[in-house]
Amino acid sequence: MSRRRIGLALAAASLAWGLAASVAHATDISFWTWRQEDKAAYNELFADFTKANPDIHVKFESFPDENYPTIVSTALAAGKGGDVIHTHAYGWLEQFVKAGYFEPQDLTTVPSLANQPADALVAGTYRADKKVYSLPFASQTLGLFINKDVFTKAGLTPPTSWDEFITVSKALKDKGIYPLANGMGTSWFNEMFVAIFTNPFLGQDFVSDLTSGKTTFKDPRYVAALGKLLELRDYMPPGFEGIDYDTAGQLFISGKAAMLAGGSFDIASYRTQNPAINMDFVAPPMAKAGDTPQVTKFFDGGYAVNAKSANKEAALKLVNWMGTKEFGDKFSALLGNISPIKGVVIKDELLAHVAKLNETAMPHINVVYFRFEKPTGSELLQGDITKMMSGSITPDQLAADLTNGLAKWYKPFQGK
Amino acid sequence: MNSGRRHTKKAFPWRRSLWIASLLTPALVVMVLFVLWPLLSAFRLAFYEFNGLQPTGFIGFENFRKVLFEQPYSGWTYNALKHNIIAFVALMVFENGTAFLLAYALLKALPGHRIHQVIVFLPVVLSAVIVGFLWKLFLHPLFGLVNQTLALVGIGAIPWLGNENTALGSVLFANVWHWLGFPTLVLLAGMQRVGKEVIEAARLDGAGDYVLMTRIIWPLIAPSVTIVTILTFIGSFNWFEIPYVMAGLTGSPGGATDVLGLYFYRTAFGSTTTGIQDFGQGSALAVMMFIIVAGVTAIALRYLRRREIEL
Repeated sequence: MSRRRIGLALAAASLAWGLAASVAHATDISFWTWRQEDKAAYNELFADFTKANPDIHVKFESFPDENYPTIVSTALAAGKGGDVIHTHAYGWLEQFVKAGYFEPQDLTTVPSLANQPADALVAGTYRADKKVYSLPFASQTLGLFINKDVFTKAGLTPPTSWDEFITVSKALKDKGIYPLANGMGTSWFNEMFVAIFTNPFLGQDFVSDLTSGKTTFKDPRYVAALGKLLELRDYMPPGFEGIDYDTAGQLFISGKAAMLAGGSFDIASYRTQNPAINMDFVAPPMAKAGDTPQVTKFFDGGYAVNAKSANKEAALKLVNWMGTKEFGDKFSALLGNISPIKGVVIKDELLAHVAKLNETAMPHINVVYFRFEKPTGSELLQGDITKMMSGSITPDQLAADLTNGLAKWYKPFQGK
Repeated sequence: MNSGRRHTKKAFPWRRSLWIASLLTPALVVMVLFVLWPLLSAFRLAFYEFNGLQPTGFIGFENFRKVLFEQPYSGWTYNALKHNIIAFVALMVFENGTAFLLAYALLKALPGHRIHQVIVFLPVVLSAVIVGFLWKLFLHPLFGLVNQTLALVGIGAIPWLGNENTALGSVLFANVWHWLGFPTLVLLAGMQRVGKEVIEAARLDGAGDYVLMTRIIWPLIAPSVTIVTILTFIGSFNWFEIPYVMAGLTGSPGGATDVLGLYFYRTAFGSTTTGIQDFGQGSALAVMMFIIVAGVTAIALRYLRRREIEL
């Protein structure tokens, strides 16, 4: 063997050794989520992260949404689970924090927290110690989808006020089009349906009065807003009591229905299912013409670090990166979600319009304030709203059930 | 030969004991790990308060008091329990009643009875999830087979699963469709064990089908009826899959299809969209379900066995 060959062989061997050594020193961390459908996008985002941090590799692991709380709590209780955990917000997060499963985040460990607006941070903060445990990832907006082609064909203009909504809906119904695609067959969405149509009648003052203990859900403003929902029944599809949210979406994207009360989280999905759809996302009908348009907004969740993670430093590094503008820009572009990170540029026209609507949004009252203890406002409202819509209880009864149920743990409601 | 065996037993009693123990151990380990341990854990956790996901302190019977006597939990408990009882009664009448008639028809071995036997039993082999999903589609208010058929005779869209008055009945119907073959087969096996000479003697005495069914077959298949009754009771009180698939974890609409299985699951494990987990109250519900099922089964078995002897 010539000297040159020996030299080449040695060089190749040392290169291979070096590569092997670098791989051996790389840290593998896992990211747990319920968002199975986002795998490709997250893998692309994680590839960017690894490019900037070659010593950290992130593995995407997803679990079914319905069983996600059970799977995560069981794993964390056993000292296992992903290094970074995708969490829901508010009360959902709090039960995990109480158990000590998540690492607190601050500006030292996660400097990108500074990029988050205050209302987003509330979603990831534990009320008792005021510390952030989950870096918020997206805001969701609830409003009204409009099938523009259906309106054009019918020669009508999408409504902006309640009176217009009723007039336009009557005209659509006369033309054989379902004005509103929604039904009451999906419990979790029924709660959102209530928020969408009642919030414009409630206003920020009601929220302030409610959360400061000045009033309860028995307030005439809330009861009257619930009463408005009953008027919608005439414009929903026949048998609406049994129509689920998926069917409503199909009625809307197929053009059988003109409007759909829904969430910005479905924009991307509706475009995929019907690329030709010409749709808009607007604020639900205002109480009267000239009022401020009010969509409903809440933060969906965030990214938390497993307190028992063996790779806490790498996990915190990833979470910090997920709070940067670089991540937020790409996240919004890939997933069609609105990142709360300050300065994020949303290129999609419709999504940018939704972000604009968010500026005057109302909170999703039950999710933001009443999911912290049992019975949750969601349990109570989801149980009663179908009864109210079918006429077996009145708005007054629903309001009383909600107030009395929450009074078990929400002190301002006790004795009222 | 016999004396030789006795000699071996006496000489190596420990070997035989070891052999029996080695055969029993795997099953025992599985039973202890996956049945006894979770059961005892549930009993223990039912007496603890949970703050978040960790037990924080012993609170005696407080979780039981809440689910039995404190609104809104007690209302939810009794609502779910009522539906379990309705399910049991309805399944006894409609599922097992139909199964008895079908089994009798199959016993008569009419032309084509073998293919009918297969058809009746076929849904049993399907998963409950598939059956639930299938019937959810059939009962869809706008596109479902049932409403489309009714539309032909001018009946408008009925929200079978969305109406409080029809939802539980619809879910029960799907359950009957799914399981009908099982009691049919058990009762048929019981009927086939009735001696032909008994039936022929009754026929010679002038017994018609009604008398034969009520006076001869019914008393003689008492052991099969015992099995079917007990299994229906256990199934009714552990009912989960079909209501879950067809009506969701909240037993919609408005709890009209809620049963103890669903209520226990969402209390103990929570749901992304309704709220938080409470293992304490969930365990209390699980313990109550166990007591109801085990207690009533033991009493019913005693009564039904006595009835078998009397008959």
